[in-house]
Formats: sequence, structure tokens, C-alpha cells
Amino acid sequence: MSTMNFHLRLWKQKSASDQGKFIEIHATEIPSECSFLEMLDIVNNRLTKEGKEPVSFASDCREGICGTCHMVINGVPQGPGRGAACQVYMRKFTNGQTITVEPFRAGAFPIVKDLVVNRSAYDRIIRSGGFITEHTGGAPDASAILIPKPVADAAMDAAACIGCGACAAACPNSSAMLFVGAKVTHLGLLPQGQGERKKRARSMVRTMQEEGFGNCSNYYACEAVCPAGVKADVISMLNREYVRGELSVAVGAID
Amino acid sequence: MILDAKIPEGPLEKKWTSFKNNAKLISPANKRKFKVIVVGTGLAGSSASATLAELGYQVETFCFHDSPRRAHSIAAQGGINAAKNYQNDGDSIWRLFYDTIKGGDFRAREANVYRLAEVSGNIIDQCVSQGVPFAREYGGQLTNRSFGGAQVSRTFYAKGQTGQQLLLGAYSALSAQIGLGRVTMRENSEMLDLVLVDGHAKGIVTRNLITGEISTHAADTVLLCTGGYSNVYYLSTNARGSNVTATWRAHKRGAAFANPCYTQIHPTCIPVAGDYQSKLTLMSESLRNDGRVWVPKKKGDTRLPQDIPEEERDYYLERKYPSYGNLAPRDIASRSAKEVCDEGRGVGPGGLGVYLDFSAAIARLGEKTIRERYGNLFEMYGNITGESAYERPMRIYPAVHYTMGGLWVDYNLMSTIPGLHVLGEANFSDHGANRLGASALMQGLSDGYFVIPNTLGEYLSTQFGKKVSTDMPEFKKTEEEVRARVEKLLAVKGTVPVDEFHRELGLIIWNECGMARSESGLKKAIADVRALRERFWKEVAIPGTGTELNQSLERAGRVADFLEFGELMCIDALTREESCGGHFRVEHQTADGEALRHDDKFAEVYAWMFQGEGNDPKLVREELKYEAVHLATRSYK
Repeated sequence: MSTMNFHLRLWKQKSASDQGKFIEIHATEIPSECSFLEMLDIVNNRLTKEGKEPVSFASDCREGICGTCHMVINGVPQGPGRGAACQVYMRKFTNGQTITVEPFRAGAFPIVKDLVVNRSAYDRIIRSGGFITEHTGGAPDASAILIPKPVADAAMDAAACIGCGACAAACPNSSAMLFVGAKVTHLGLLPQGQGERKKRARSMVRTMQEEGFGNCSNYYACEAVCPAGVKADVISMLNREYVRGELSVAVGAID
Repeated sequence: MILDAKIPEGPLEKKWTSFKNNAKLISPANKRKFKVIVVGTGLAGSSASATLAELGYQVETFCFHDSPRRAHSIAAQGGINAAKNYQNDGDSIWRLFYDTIKGGDFRAREANVYRLAEVSGNIIDQCVSQGVPFAREYGGQLTNRSFGGAQVSRTFYAKGQTGQQLLLGAYSALSAQIGLGRVTMRENSEMLDLVLVDGHAKGIVTRNLITGEISTHAADTVLLCTGGYSNVYYLSTNARGSNVTATWRAHKRGAAFANPCYTQIHPTCIPVAGDYQSKLTLMSESLRNDGRVWVPKKKGDTRLPQDIPEEERDYYLERKYPSYGNLAPRDIASRSAKEVCDEGRGVGPGGLGVYLDFSAAIARLGEKTIRERYGNLFEMYGNITGESAYERPMRIYPAVHYTMGGLWVDYNLMSTIPGLHVLGEANFSDHGANRLGASALMQGLSDGYFVIPNTLGEYLSTQFGKKVSTDMPEFKKTEEEVRARVEKLLAVKGTVPVDEFHRELGLIIWNECGMARSESGLKKAIADVRALRERFWKEVAIPGTGTELNQSLERAGRVADFLEFGELMCIDALTREESCGGHFRVEHQTADGEALRHDDKFAEVYAWMFQGEGNDPKLVREELKYEAVHLATRSYK
């Protein structure tokens, strides 16, 4: 198996209140078939053997679905190609290349340590309305409501969001509207989601703003980096849902 | 000690109904007074937390992830079984029950499995109502596909991301309850011990992974929903963080660990490529609906797959198991793959691989249909291997995927420690010696949404007026023990990274307690694990401190527990002198290499009790009584 060498610039930062800096590492004899995170494992184990502290980074499933890993590789949140950082492979880089690795940069995602940031703002947005209220036990038979395939498919495409935060990290405004739009679209398209449709959009947008995320100004950077392939159309849907919700409040409609 | 499974009286079909009719209820006013701790936020933990909070209990939920949406249930690809019979192909609750019992090689409890089949339909109803976007037909009806070990199509799916969509459904229900203030959610919190008061589980000790703070939490009952232990093998399809710590700590406090040697090796994973590898990636079983498994007939055939003519290919699953073909159950498909590779007919680097070929399906259905069904899996495969499965067959090999063993529980999902309930993969109860595809999701959600809300009252109704608080000496003492252990790890100050010990442990267990097990191998493994454990405590390197995010420290604690658990697994495998399901003892096989059970001796659950550091564990048996099914030799021919 062939190996490669890289010049790494890795971000080290003890905590949110500390000043961070890049450390430079010559990563030699990296197997060309390994993944980006496996390369970082190798580097960290070498640092550990030298008695130095490894670089903290988050990861879990390492197959692109859990959304735990998050980092900026050469300026791109979640790195080159489609998929999360764990789906980046070293064969996509050239031998001897300089690779810069930084944490997500967004005010609503404070740094925890090194490459790890706190993305709990996304959970708080979901808690404010990203659900269908359905207490266990009372559900009608699953076949009772027909959902045409194109509608189910479109809902699924939006529901594929992995909640990693790359969209907000890529956006010059740190907007979370791709994330919020994905959930509002997923639930808003389904017949089961109609009951809370207007309230959902208003409430999630309000929380999004309180958490310090900005608004969309059509850069489409979010769509370009989204590991789950969520399309920016969901932002148009979010805008429509939000306006509909606000209007119904303005005119005093029942829901 | 006698293990009482508390199985309700009456015919199999009536047991769950009669249980519910007679179960102890907790009134709405009293539910508010009881506090429940839930550890883990996979399918079982999220669904239980949400449902118990809806019912009015005070719920405090813990996960070591940074968000409850990340647990490894999310990575399940293929689907979830339910006996809906929407396809009109002859399915029924009885058939799902029978397929699951038979799939588990007659080593699971009848009553539990029947209940699972019974509530399977409710799960689908619940999920659809939450907005889970299951695959549908053009007319809007739900669609199904087939999974291994079944001759009907009863598997519901959402592309290749069924686990993700089900978990996000449960997460959304949990989020709603957190938003309403009915669940207190504690992320980044790893359970490091269980607190017992008068022999009852009344709390836990956790370490905050960001600040290092160690704290105690009290409740009226504790639910462990902490998943399986596949990562004892180091390389598995599990997430990097999945671990045995919560269940192992509970075991050391008195919970019996049942059937630890029952592990599932999944037949279709991307083969191991090198020693740098950190995990293995599964390719869903659903691919075997349309993919055909083959190897060259000739040994050491190095031709490209497209250059090997049809008559020189061995479609060995179709040949050996004509009635189930490529959809033979996982244990059988895995063992067959190992056999042909051991014969020298494996393909790819090192000869450890077989082909999963889609060319016939693409010719029959067109590439567009195949892309629609499996697009994300093909993309994942291409990303990892650099090859396109549209153009040439996938190379696959078995890998560790799921663990059927777990903490022993009775029909109410309570362990041998009163007040400690165990749900989902963390318990041992429903899959016997082998789990059929698409039934892990079913069990996690069944336990969380429909079983525990009904069975919890059996325990809680005995606990009025027995409130505990974290000021009690039992809490202080356990907290001190946890603190001492963390400090002991940090004090080793060796030079060997945690990963190296983990990888070495994984190799020992994989070689001797993997797809084929023997007496001599298992004895050697036990000695090797002990020696490795000793070295670990002398040589492990953990840089940094205990009062910050320290990933080496987290991993070291988990690997230290795996190093103890691995030994128990091998002891169990050594004691079970038969082959059944995923447990294949080479001494016990039929003339044509199939698993040979010994029902006269081993139709039993093996539950192990901890007897103190350095002492051999004690074996307690639960007899498996089969009243409704006849114990048959499993045949998929």
C-alpha cells in the first residue's frame, strides 16, 4: 500500500475563552487509502506517544449519518466532496499538500476545545417546534392516510438533514435557515404535520433568531456544503411558511 | 439465585393482553411524584423518555453524545419489520413471531418474542403519525421489501436511512417533551456507575465529558438503554463511541449478564483494508433483495469479475439454500462467506471478500430503479473503496454488527437488580442466538414506546414512600469510587495510546470468539485478555487532565471495561458447548458444516453473576420453555 505525506495546520484552542492558534505538523507515511479522520487518529496517536496532547475532534458513526463530526478542511465546512468530514478520504489530496483544519466558525456555535464546537442551539430550535405532537398510543393505522410517492419522497429529501451545522458554518451570515427549512419542509409537506404548521414555522424562526443565527441572503453556500444534499428550496418553503404563519396571526385566524 | 422471568400465565397469544389487563397502574397524580432516569438516547432511550414524560413521569435523560439525535440507531440502514400484511402475502403476527424465534435458533423467550411481533404494527402507526417518511407507492400506500430469514415482504423503510428517520422521529417526540420541561436532558454526560440503595437501583454517577465534573443523580428507577458491545472487537460497524461501560458497571453492581457470546457477524460489510482502519461500514442487508452473492469456482482466480464467465461462478447461497437463496439469515450467510474464503476462493486483497453482484438486477430493472432503491449505499461504497458498484460487483465480507447478549431482564424488562430496567440492544431478551434483519429497530422502539410504559408500574407500585436523595452515603461512596478510578487511569502515565490496546483486544476476540470458536482458542483468548489487561494498567498513555474535554481519558475508561468484559464473553462461549445461531463452536457441527444445537442441555439462558474482582463469575440458568413452537433443526434449504 502506498503512503503519502502532508503538511498539516491544525487549530488548537484550550477553551472558548482562550486564544487559539495553529500548530504545524508534518504527517508522514499516511496510508493513501485511509480516511481523513483516520489520518487524524494516526497523528493523535503519534502525538500521544511523544507525550504531547492530541488534537480534540468529534466523531462517532464514521459513516456520514450521525452528524457528530464537524470541522473546516481547507476552508470548506465538512471538507471537499459530498458527505461529512468522516467521508473524506486522503486519496482526494495530493502528496505533500498543505491541509488547514479549523473548527466551525459561527457565533451561535461557541468553541469547546480545538476542533470541537457546541451546536446545542440546533437542538433548542427543534425543541421549540420541530415535531408533530403525537402522544404514543393513539395513532391511527399507518395506511389510513395516503401520501403520494412524490410528496413522501420530497419530505424524505428534506428529512435527510443530519444536523451537523455545516450550513450555518458555511454561511457568511451564519444563517441556520437550511437546517430550519429542512425540518419545516419535511413536516409541512406531510398531512400529519398540518395541525402545527403555522405555529411551527413562527416558533422555530423566533428561536433561530434568539440563538444568534443570521438570515439568508441567497449565497447558497449552505447547499454547496450540505453533507445530506438538502436543497436551498427548503429556505423558500420556510419563508412561505413563516409569512403564512405571521399573516394568520396578523388577521387573527384561528390557528 | 433463581431467575424468575415473570412470564404471564395463559396461552401465548393472550399473555400480553392478560398482563395489561392485570398490570399495576400508577395514577396520573402519582406518576408526577415518580422520577425516572433514562441512560442513552437511541431508539429505546428516546422513545421511552418521550413516552414516559407524556404519561406524566418526571424524566431525566442522559447521553454521552453532544445531542440526543446522534446515537448509533441512526446508522441502521435497511428497515423495520412489522406484521401488517399490507402486501397480502400471507404475513401474520404468528409468522413474524415464528420467523424471529427460528431466526434466533430457538434460544429466545417465546413470550417476549410474541409480544414483540404483537406490537410491531403499532410501531409503524406511531412512526407514521410522527412524520417518519417511509417509502410509498405512487398511489400513496406504504411499500415493503424483504429481509433475510423471511419469505414475506414485511420490512418498512425510508431509503437506506430507516434508522435515521426512526431515531429522528423519537428524537422529535423527546424534543417536544424537553421543550415542555417534562424531560431534563443532560448531554455530554457519560454514566460511569450505578448507585444502589438497599439493593435497589436508585441513581447513577456521571462524568461531564466537557468539564470533567463528576456528579450523582437520584431517581425512583433507572432505565439503561445503552446499546450493544460490538466494539469489544475494535473493528465493527458500530460507532466509535459505542461501549459496554453502563451495562458492565451495572453487572459489577449485581445485574446478571446473559448470553454475552451471542454476537452477530453481518455478512455484507466493506472488507477490511488496512490496520489504520477505525471502523467497518455495513452495506445493508436489503441489497441482497437484488444483489447476487458469488465467488469464482476456481481457487485463486485473479481475473476481473467481468472476465469470469457465468458457468465459472459459484452463487453459493443460491446453491446451498435454494428456498431462501441470497436472503439466508445473517449467521448462515456470514459463515458461508468465511467457508469459501477459507477454501481460497475469496476475492480482493488478501482473499477476504466475496462479490455482491447487481448486474442481473440492473439488466432486469434498469439502473434508475437500482439507484432509487440503493443510491446512498452505492455512493457510500464508491466513496470508501473508490469503485462503482453500478459497473462492477461490490466486494463484501462479514463484520461484527450487533450483540444479542446483554443484561438479563424479566418480562417486565427488569434486571436482577430491583429497579434497574434494561431496554433495546442492551438487554438480551428477544433475538436468541441470532437476530434477523430489520428487527433491531423493531425491538428498540417496542421496548421504549409500548413495553416499558406498561411494565414500569409493576416496580414503581412497590416504591411509594421510598424516596432517596443524593445526600445519602450510598451516593457519596459510589461517587468517590468513580473519582478514584478516573484518577487511577490518569496516574498510569504510560506511553502506549489507548487505541493500540483496543485494537489488540479486538484481534484476540475476533480470532477466537468471532465467526468460529474452539475450546483451545477460547482458553488462549482468556489468558491473552488477562495479560493485555495487566499491561493496559501499566502502560496506557492518557495525556491531559480529568477536568476538561479529554478524549483519551473517555476511551481509556471504555477500553478498560471492554478488557474485563471480553473475558466474560470468552468464558460464556467456552461454557456453551454447542453451536447455535451466531455462536459456532467448531467441535459441534453437522456433516455439511451447519450449526449443531444440543437442545437437551442448552435450551437455556446463561446468566452470569459478578463475584468480585479476580473471582470467576457464577453461572445462573434460566430454562427456555417452548410451549407453542416445536424445537426444530433450522433449515433454510
